[in-house]
Amino acid sequence: MKTFHGGVHPHGHKDATAEKPIVTLAPPKELIFPLSQHIGAPAVPCVQAGDAVLMGQKIAEAGGFVSATLHSSVSGTVKGIEKRMHPNGTLTDCIIIENDGLDTPIPEVSLPERDFRKLSPKECIDLVQEAGIVGMGGAGFPTHVKLSPPPEATIDYVIVNGAECEPYLTSDYRVMLENSQELLTGLAIMMHIFDLSVGYIAIEDNKPKAIEAMKKAAAEFSGAEIRIVPLKTKYPQGSEKQLINAVTGRKLKPGALPWQAGCIVSNIDTVASIARAVVKHQPVIRRIVTLGGDAMKNPLNYSVRIGTPFSYIVEQSGGFAQPPKKFLMGGPMMGLALSSLDVPTIKSSSAILALSESSAKFEEESPCVRCAKCLYVCPMNLQPNLLDKAARNNDFEALEKLHISDCIECGSCAYICPAKRRQVQQIRVVKGKLRNAKAKGN
Amino acid sequence: MEEKWIVSHPPHVATKDNLSRIMLHVVIALLPAVLAGCLVFGLRALIVTLTCVISCVVFEALWQKLLKKPVTVSDLSAVVTGILLACNLPVSIPLWMAVIGSFFAIIVVKQFFGGLGHNFMNPALGARAFLLASWALAMTSFPAPGTSLPLFGSVDAVSAATPLALYAENAEQLPTYLNLFLGNIGGCIGETSALAILIGGIYLLITKVIRLRVPVCFLATVALGTWIFGGHEGWFTGDWLYQLLSGGLMLGAFFMATDYTTTPFTPKGQIYFGIGCGIITVLIRLWGGYPEGTSYAILLMNIVTPLIDKATAPRRYGTKFGKEVA
Repeated sequence: MKTFHGGVHPHGHKDATAEKPIVTLAPPKELIFPLSQHIGAPAVPCVQAGDAVLMGQKIAEAGGFVSATLHSSVSGTVKGIEKRMHPNGTLTDCIIIENDGLDTPIPEVSLPERDFRKLSPKECIDLVQEAGIVGMGGAGFPTHVKLSPPPEATIDYVIVNGAECEPYLTSDYRVMLENSQELLTGLAIMMHIFDLSVGYIAIEDNKPKAIEAMKKAAAEFSGAEIRIVPLKTKYPQGSEKQLINAVTGRKLKPGALPWQAGCIVSNIDTVASIARAVVKHQPVIRRIVTLGGDAMKNPLNYSVRIGTPFSYIVEQSGGFAQPPKKFLMGGPMMGLALSSLDVPTIKSSSAILALSESSAKFEEESPCVRCAKCLYVCPMNLQPNLLDKAARNNDFEALEKLHISDCIECGSCAYICPAKRRQVQQIRVVKGKLRNAKAKGN
Repeated sequence: MEEKWIVSHPPHVATKDNLSRIMLHVVIALLPAVLAGCLVFGLRALIVTLTCVISCVVFEALWQKLLKKPVTVSDLSAVVTGILLACNLPVSIPLWMAVIGSFFAIIVVKQFFGGLGHNFMNPALGARAFLLASWALAMTSFPAPGTSLPLFGSVDAVSAATPLALYAENAEQLPTYLNLFLGNIGGCIGETSALAILIGGIYLLITKVIRLRVPVCFLATVALGTWIFGGHEGWFTGDWLYQLLSGGLMLGAFFMATDYTTTPFTPKGQIYFGIGCGIITVLIRLWGGYPEGTSYAILLMNIVTPLIDKATAPRRYGTKFGKEVA
């Protein structure tokens, strides 16, 4: 079974939602659209307070090449542009839209479906850009940028990342089971862009049903050869570098981007969005969100309009089974802890998890006994024990020597540590300090 | 929603494994060796073990109370040190000496250098070396198996030569392999029975507390070295199996050379550490003044551990022999 070196085996917790079909959630009265839902420059609003908007209408233009457009997920009226809380805990500019409840769509969606094979690669990428597609696995990197490597790049592999190695998360799994056609079409479009005859979908072997379903669908899919690659279930299998290594055997040089190893990797929901954008004229206005965690009363998979507040989603699902102590956007290994539920669903919100006090609690740190478990599990072959020490001492020189920039912040070190040390947390904090120091130095 | 929530950096989950669980595994793994010690040398072995364990725990707690630090004896590391120290003592040792050894292990070797995780040498072995230097006679008198010993009082029993001493003298009558394997020989409380130590070692391997690297490299180096150079009839005539089953080698290889804090943390470093321990053990056993060298071998390698770690840092992902690959 293909895999990578290192990694950990956290409890999956996927049973609660894995077999629950995606439920479509009706949108709330008011939706919030942060201008920054992606890596890169914030989007620039192209609507004003009082404007009427249709479902799927563009409300903000990309603020540059590395940026993404934004679309209204409902029809209604723009209430204004104000500061609201972003899931990352900062106050950011958001377009507020009042839902008229009619879901009147933009006229384009009733146009006949496009045949992507008649489009040039450039036209496909433009459609992706126009639809505001970003990496929906959590990073939020604009997809059209990923699809536009420099001209010298030779792409040999297009890989759909169906690893979904984070505990609790089942949204990608459900898309593979319920929406395989869109997924395969999206992959075929990416293969078309890079003129490749073979495409890959990598799936962890803890999802045998998804592997079966995708194999069957791929066999029946016409016009493109799509290979399903089962991978060993191990975290962080879905990390870009580790996935490329598992599927192709190639290793990215330190600091290199996937195209430099001839690979393009994209998340499941993102690839499905590519199909909707190119074939069906639909921009990104919804995404699949897993609701989970031991404090959630009814764990399930929702199809949610972008802009829907988390508090509304949780309320609609039936609230809590026990008092929540910690909320996460994304999985428990790399997800973001929330300070408020009054934040909107953004394009990269893969899950909302509510943890009870008992599962949110962490044991006290003890001294490092040098057991070396963090070294064994680090997928980047770093020395987290030494990074931890240097980070606490703010020893920037030592941190550079230990290659802190290689750290992908997967958290395997802090997960495995028997002394309960917070290596990756220290690394995250000191990385910010390093950035500040560098900014000051320039 | 007035309640305060926890907001922290990820990861938000962690393994249930913790230090006291690991130490408990080590305690369990040491029980067969202690049991074997009791079977071979009688109940006094248990009294010595309990003395060491209780003194180690009490000294650690007292020190931490005195320095107004949190008392951490519940992590069981002092218990492990106590059992290991006892395993490294002759059964006939006066109990007050065991107490002094415990003091040296916990206070001087461990706490003086910062406590758990900061000591540079193995506390039990440090104490053994200290006791050996201070009371050489008491530390090298090994009653023959089955000798009836008083539980608490001083021992005047005639000491028997250890298998290694016999081998070094090229004696006529050597213990059989079976007796060596079962532990029916003279020696320290926990080191005689290779069988009991192997049971504990396998337990540690199964529970993933230790890895095979160090014990295998250590034992293989000793076997190879003693086979080549250890014979009385020239090269390649050494009785390597006899050497493997004798002295503190098994105990050292599985329980002391695998101590986290005082041995290298890099996988490559662990291999070098094991080989280094093996080479020094062979040197001392074959050409040194002592018949046994395991504990000094480990102690000496403890000292170079930081250097080994530095020299064997793992190669960062995506590079080969220092060069970058595609």
